[in-house]
Formats: sequence, structure tokens, C-alpha cells
Amino acid sequence: MAIIRPAGDFDRTYPQDMALLRQPWHYGLLALALVAAYTMPLWGNAYLVSTAHRIAYTVIAVQGLNLLTGYTGQISLGQAAFMMVGGYISALLVKHAGLSFFLALPLAAVGTGIVGLLFGLPSLRVKGFYLAMATLAAQFIIPWLSRHIFTDYLGGSSGAIEVPVPQIGGFRITEVNHFLYISLTVLLITTVAVYNISRTRLGRALVSIRDNDLAAELLGVNLFTYKLRAFFIAAMLAGVAGALKAHSQRGVGTEFGYSLTDSIFFLGMLVIGGLGTNLGPFLGVAFVLLLEDLADLVGAGLAAQLPPEFAASLLTSFRPIFFGLMLMLFLIYEPRGLAHRWQILKAAWRLRPFSK
Amino acid sequence: MAEPENLLEVQDVSLSFGGNLALNDVSFHVRRGEILAIIGPNGAGKTSMLNCISGFYRPDQGRILLQGRDGPKDLTRIPTHRIAGLGIARTFQNIALYTGLSTLDNLMAARHIHMRQSSLASALYWGRAQREEVHHRRVVEEIIDFLEIQHIRKAVVGALPYGLRKRVELGRALALEPELLLLDEPMAGMNVEEKEDMARFILDVHELRGTTIILIEHDMGLVMDISDRVVVLDFGVKIAEGTPDEIRDHPEVIRAYLGQTA
Ligand SMILES: Nc1ncnc2c1ncn2[C@@H]1O[C@H](COP(=O)(O)OP(=O)(O)OP(=O)(O)O)[C@@H](O)[C@H]1O
Ligand SMILES: [Mg+2]
Repeated sequence: MAIIRPAGDFDRTYPQDMALLRQPWHYGLLALALVAAYTMPLWGNAYLVSTAHRIAYTVIAVQGLNLLTGYTGQISLGQAAFMMVGGYISALLVKHAGLSFFLALPLAAVGTGIVGLLFGLPSLRVKGFYLAMATLAAQFIIPWLSRHIFTDYLGGSSGAIEVPVPQIGGFRITEVNHFLYISLTVLLITTVAVYNISRTRLGRALVSIRDNDLAAELLGVNLFTYKLRAFFIAAMLAGVAGALKAHSQRGVGTEFGYSLTDSIFFLGMLVIGGLGTNLGPFLGVAFVLLLEDLADLVGAGLAAQLPPEFAASLLTSFRPIFFGLMLMLFLIYEPRGLAHRWQILKAAWRLRPFSK
Repeated sequence: MAEPENLLEVQDVSLSFGGNLALNDVSFHVRRGEILAIIGPNGAGKTSMLNCISGFYRPDQGRILLQGRDGPKDLTRIPTHRIAGLGIARTFQNIALYTGLSTLDNLMAARHIHMRQSSLASALYWGRAQREEVHHRRVVEEIIDFLEIQHIRKAVVGALPYGLRKRVELGRALALEPELLLLDEPMAGMNVEEKEDMARFILDVHELRGTTIILIEHDMGLVMDISDRVVVLDFGVKIAEGTPDEIRDHPEVIRAYLGQTA
């Protein structure tokens, strides 16, 4: 991280040096961002609000993936399937056990974490490509199970169940405005947690596994339990994201996505945002989701010019093509992602007027 | 009760890779508080020996007994990640730092075994966990001062020059506060000045902290200067053991180093 600061401005104590927010303008910026986000229903239109909500819960899922893949170096292709698990757990707890959504949410996190642990077990023996294949199994097994077991509860072959709306007291949360408040608040909590993890004992243990697992073991890190912790937390965050998504879409199941494509998109968002950085999930998810909407517009515009038989296929394939292209450009020109661009910009700003 | 004189006893250790016998019935001991050098031609089995002691390789045969702060332990029967906790730290011939982390975080990462905070406490970072981080930061800063690497405290180590990376790696090993420090060619590939610095750090660690050190080194002059005793390996066999003076004139050693002609 760039550490260039104005002359004469330095930390006097270790706690100061270790703090996240170190200068008045840090607090100012954070306050501004929070106010802007929480007041969005007042100043933004319906599109903005629903997109912000979508971005918020997707960031949570990608934060989990970042902890696992970006920090711990364990690639996973199952994050979308874990989201579905979280959605189902929360939905069933509210629907059949009569729990409040706000109690079901943390329970869904823990439940999904446990499922994540199971699929993390292969990481103790295999790495890289082989691990990717092993986690891919989650992406096939979980959706398959959702259609074939407990069909009364999980929706069976229809691939979906209805999810009840959350309630506070007697108030039913149905509007996307209110979901935005919930997803933003949860995102705030996960962000603080992820930031804390990344700068303390747990985070250093995870990164040391990524950077040199043999050395990490000789320095006392138990690879077995720490890899599993990473899988657990990653799946927990997926579970939270899935529950938020399921309740706001009022449905969960294969009908609603959670496919391998989603999992691959999450990885792509992470690469575009910046693997192993705390800003990466925010930048990557916002960039890709907004670009997808742009791609839809452009695709629709193009399709209007084409004969109908091409138009239909263009409309369905334009997004992935657009995404694939973006990913390739990033891998070639900025493999460290948008977060790295941001660092460069910040450094240039601090050095002004000497930077060009 | 008096502490046993030997901190480490290597007993009849053999290790083979396929048909290649890297260590052949090797025995020696390391006295508490000494600097023991292991020397020998390329491929003699020096690194393999260190790997056995640090739990990275499991010998096919033999025992490695540590009489450390936790009582006698056979290192060949202890899970690799527990070895550090027994007071053993090492550096690697080919530097094995956490390249994506800063110097500071590399050293902090080595405080893992000395920290108590749970993973939940890490995520919450309240009270105790915060105080613990600050406490260990102080310990690590002392090592940074000692090794004179303040200027690269926050630099990502992957981008540092070779000599500095070697020094950071020593720092990371020291951050474990080991009783026994294993150094695999800490001065290889350095210029004279860097070598002298490194030798000074090693001697200071030995003196100030009373750390017992096993050192692998090819530079004979250096070995003779700083070690108390020397073990010589050749083709996986221990061919000599003794003080630097005894080793200098040992016929087997001269033969091993000068080749078959002698
Ligand atoms: N992981 C391994 N797999 C197969 N053979 C190995 C392995 N590690 C070491 N060896 C072999 O064991 C023998 C001893 O190797 P070792 O690395 O211990 O030698 P060394 O004394 O450290 O040499 P150098 O001075 O070159 O570092 C060599 O013949 C080497 O090829
Ligand atoms: Mg070697």
C-alpha cells in the first residue's frame, strides 16, 4: 500500500499507525459515503435503489470469496451454490420454524458455513486446478440436491420455493428501499469484520498460507484448521448474501440463478476489482454489475438493427461476451485490478503538484 | 534441576528419496547455547538434515530429541506445525518469505504461535485483541530495529533486493523467539559487506538472546570464525565432527573437499 503522506504528518503511537481511519478526511469520506448510501431511496430512482441493493449483497458474497481465494489462495467455484444454501436455510427457518428473518440470517450464515466446510475438505490434499475441480462439485451437487431431496420443502423439480417477506414487529418488509437498508447494514458489518480479519492474527495466517504454505506450517500455522476456517467464513458470507437475495426476490432455487456462471462471475469480479484487497470486492462488483446493465442496453440497441433470428441470440449472449472481454482486458492491462488503479491515483494525488 | 547439556540429539537418522540415500545413519548433538556449523559439498545432505529437524521431512529411521523448554520431545513424531511452538525457527536456502506481505507483517505473522486471540476476536478486534496486536507490534519493532530494517518496514518483501530479503527472513525467524535457530546458508549470494553484517547479526543474536544456532554455510573462513563446533557431511554420511581447528586438518574433510585425488 502506498504510504506517502504529507511531510510532518506521521503517527506517534502504534495504535495510531495501525488504525484504519487515520485522518479527518478519512472520517469525512466515510460519513459522506454512508449518508449517500442510506439516503439513496430519497434521491435515487427505483433502478438505482434496486441496483445498490443487488451490489450490496453481491459484495458480501464476493468478500467471502476474496477471503478464501484472494487472501488464502484457495480457489473456489462454488460460491453461488453456497448462496443458494443460505437462501434456503433462511427461507425455511422463517417459513416453517416461524423465526424472525433477523434471527434466521445469522443462522443461515452458520449453516452455510458448515456446508462450506464439507466442500473445503479436499483443500487439505489438493491445490490450484484440482481444488477448483473439487469445489466445482458443490456447484453441481447442491443445485441437484435442491431439486431431488426434501421435495416438499425445497421445491422439487420446479427448482424454486416461495420465500416469505421479513417482518419487524408487524411491519412487513416488501419494498426494495427497506431491503437496501438491511443489505447496507449487513454489508457494513461484514466489511468491518473482513477489514479486521485482514490486519490481525487470522488474516496474516491466511495470507501466509497463500504466499508460502510450507513456511507457514513451519512457523506454526495449522494448515488444516486455517484452510477450513477460510472455507467456513467464505461460505458464511455467501450464506448471508444468499439470504438477503432470496428474501428480496421472494424466492430461492435454481430458477433464480445460483449457477456455475454466477460463481465464475464472482471470481471475475474479484479479479477486476483486485484479488486480495479489501476494496476489490466493492470496485469489482459495482463495475461488473453496472457494466452488465450497460451491456444489456447496448445489446438491445444492436439487436434492434438486426434481423429477428439473430437478435434473440445476441440478446442472451451479449452479457457473457461483454464480461469475457472485460476480464481479458483486465488480465492483460491491469491484473491487479481496479484497487491497484485506485492506489496509483491516491499516490499521485498526495504527490501533487509533483506528479504529472 | 539442571538442564540437560545437549539441546538437541540427532540419533541414527536416515532419509532416502527413491534409491538416493540423502542421509545415512547420521548422529550428532547440539549443545545448549553453541553455534554448530554443518558443512559439506553440494548435495551432501545438509538441507535435508535441517528439514528433518524442522519437521518438514520425516526421516525413514532414527530419532531427533529436543530437550527444550517443554521437556524432551522426539521431533520426528511431532506434527510439522507444532515444531515452531517447541522453540525451533529456521530460514531457508531459497528464501521462503510471504512475498505479498510487508516486512512488518512477515514478522507479525511469525508471532502467530505467541498470540492468543481467537478468529472471532480477530474479526471483532476489540479490547484484548487490539491490545495484543499492539503488544506484539512492539516486540516486532525491536527486531526491526535490531536488524536495521526500519526503512523497509512497510515495503512489500517480494520487491526487495536479495540481501534485504535474507535479512527479513532472519527477522521472521527471530520473531518466533526460538530456543534453537536453524540457518540454511544465510550468507549465500551476498557480497562481502552484506556477509559481514549478517555474521554480526548472527553473533549478536547468539550473545544477546543466548539462542542456540545450527548454521549451514559454504564460506569456510566464516564458519571457522563464528562456530563453536562443526559437523561435516559428505554423501549423506557424517565424516567428521569437532572444533574448527580439528576440522581444518581432518584428512577425511580435506579429501571430501579436494575430491577423490587426495
Ligand atoms: N525433495 C527431494 N526429492 C528428491 N531428492 C532430494 C530432495 N531433497 C534433497 N534431495 C537429494 O538429497 C541429496 C541431499 O540434498 P540436500 O539438499 O540436503 O543437499 P545440501 O547439502 O543442502 O546441498 P547444497 O549445498 O547444494 O544446498 C541430494 O542428492 C538431493 O538431490
Ligand atoms: Mg542445501
